[in-house]
Amino acid sequence: MAHDSVPTSVKISPPPIELERPSLVENDRPIGWISDTVANVIEAKTPLWWKVLFAISSTTALMVPAGLIYLITTGVGVWGLNNPVAWGWAIVNFVWWIGIGHAGTLISAILCLLRQKWRTSINRASEAMTIFAVMCAGIFPAVHVGRVWFAWWLAPLPNANAIWPQFRSPLLWDVFAVSTYFTVSLLFWYMGLIPDLATMRDRFRKSASRIVEPMAKLRNKFAQFMYGLFSMGWTGSNRHWRNYEKAYLLLAGLSTPLVLSVHSIVSFDFAVSQLPGWHTTIFPPYFVAGAVFGGFAMVMTLMIPLVSLYKGLDELVTVRHLEVMSKIILVTGSIVGYAYGMEFFIAYYGGNPYELYAFKNRAFGDYAWSYWWMLGCNVISPQFFWFKWCRTTPWFIWIICGFVNIGMWMERFVIVVTSLHNDFMPANWGYYSPTWVDMMTYFGTFGFFMTLFLLFCRFLPLIAIAELKGVTPQADPHHPLGGAKH
Amino acid sequence: METIDEYKVPHGLMAEFDTPADIMSAAEKIRDEGYTQWDVHTPFPIHGMDDAMGLGNSKVGWFTFCCGVLGFSGGMFMIWFMNSFDYAIPVGGKPNFSPLGNFPVAYELTILFGAFGTLFGMFFLNKLPRHHNPLFNSIRFADVTHDKFFLVIEADDPKYEEDEIRALFEKLGSTYIELVNE
Repeated sequence: MAHDSVPTSVKISPPPIELERPSLVENDRPIGWISDTVANVIEAKTPLWWKVLFAISSTTALMVPAGLIYLITTGVGVWGLNNPVAWGWAIVNFVWWIGIGHAGTLISAILCLLRQKWRTSINRASEAMTIFAVMCAGIFPAVHVGRVWFAWWLAPLPNANAIWPQFRSPLLWDVFAVSTYFTVSLLFWYMGLIPDLATMRDRFRKSASRIVEPMAKLRNKFAQFMYGLFSMGWTGSNRHWRNYEKAYLLLAGLSTPLVLSVHSIVSFDFAVSQLPGWHTTIFPPYFVAGAVFGGFAMVMTLMIPLVSLYKGLDELVTVRHLEVMSKIILVTGSIVGYAYGMEFFIAYYGGNPYELYAFKNRAFGDYAWSYWWMLGCNVISPQFFWFKWCRTTPWFIWIICGFVNIGMWMERFVIVVTSLHNDFMPANWGYYSPTWVDMMTYFGTFGFFMTLFLLFCRFLPLIAIAELKGVTPQADPHHPLGGAKH
Repeated sequence: METIDEYKVPHGLMAEFDTPADIMSAAEKIRDEGYTQWDVHTPFPIHGMDDAMGLGNSKVGWFTFCCGVLGFSGGMFMIWFMNSFDYAIPVGGKPNFSPLGNFPVAYELTILFGAFGTLFGMFFLNKLPRHHNPLFNSIRFADVTHDKFFLVIEADDPKYEEDEIRALFEKLGSTYIELVNE
């Protein structure tokens, strides 16, 4: 009947077999299967492992307020900071967490512009990771100002003497960079969520009639209300999709220079100073590469266990995804390794004795242990990813990613502490070790991060449903699976 | 119930389709028939549907651009006002206002304002939020975010003629047709 009148524009044959890429969703699942699988994570009963992990992480998270209250009521002396080393773990943790966020934005923005379709099954969780990592990062510089009740001096407001903040300081640039980064990441994440929140709203609406128990009815009503409220009345209208897709592309276009600028500006905190070991032009690109490197390691650290814990997700996040991310880790890890080498070369070639000393001191001085940890984790460990077995074996990738996470923390420790502890005058030299308060606050942020991430997994679609449907052959009107006739 | 239904105002006629190819060819047909007040609802954006519906380019970019320009110039103006005009802070003989030193902050503000302009521009153009939509009266329409494709011709279309459209939908291969009331 109607199919006889299919216009010619729809009658296009699919590409030849040799040009077909491996499918992003395994087993040619119908598009409804994708929403069923992802929504099942939210609709199913809370698994036991989730409750156990949530109890552990939320308890660990309490170490953050405990550490901060003790710090603020007693004074910054409870941290291990001393006179040459005024920037300790707080700044190391800040740079480490903010760097982790960069993988999420890279996946959501840069890979979107590069039309890397595989990003659709990991972008939602990575963006969530970005937002939570930036929240953890923000804690440290805010309290590091010392007298936290003056932290509002960072805002563009006049203080009691009518003096405004001084915009020539890279520390103030950092305030603007990080707060913009957080806000834009949140907007981008939320916009991506809108169609999927509508999916959840509609699913709870469909299942409402089957529910008889009054408490379950109330829960269903509440879920419909909340998902409905935040989905803004989304109907999947094509007139809306048209503006939505353009807005998505524009946000990706805005986030790309943003993500490159944020870690560049973080590196300016160091590079704009006059200190040997910090005052180098290589810092911005080197920091950005390191951030992407460490961020992808964190994405895999989270995704590999998640995919094995939830049934069906392994057909959405496949070994192919892990392999591609391992390749990115290999590339960025090699860039970082190159930067370490180039720093040393310039320290020698530049002819500045202080600079040369700073680098010799890094590799062979009091903190040599941290330097070699950094080199081993960041330069040696990703080299395993030259081998296909290493890139396609999840447990092995997970272990390597653990080393990369440690290595990237060590890198920031090396940069911050070794440059400060022995500077120009030997009379000013000192040694820095963290106190239990430093450690407690840092480990607390892991709990804080995991608490937020577990809540996200439980209540929001952790894979971008609509986007993932859009990259399947079933969504292509010119593909036989999408209903095209020949 | 029938007596109440008589007083209901129809919102439009809704047709359900099973595949992207079906909805695409249906949209092309409806476009060629000359309807104006109609829309296609799909679980994901279908590539080529804008042309099939005869829609032009989206105008979101203008919101992004204007807000971005506002962010950059506003940022530069703010820094000039604070550090050079209202309370000048001379540091190390450097100029009180330099576009280079102030660039990072103005750059971040360009992106910040541009992003807000993009999201809220998208909401504005789509007339969202719209939490009450007559289409939500149909429980069948709940599948629009799952795996079904819908085409709706609204009752305020000048060419709206229920029986005619119903016949057209059937001819286009719709699997289910429903009259949605306001």
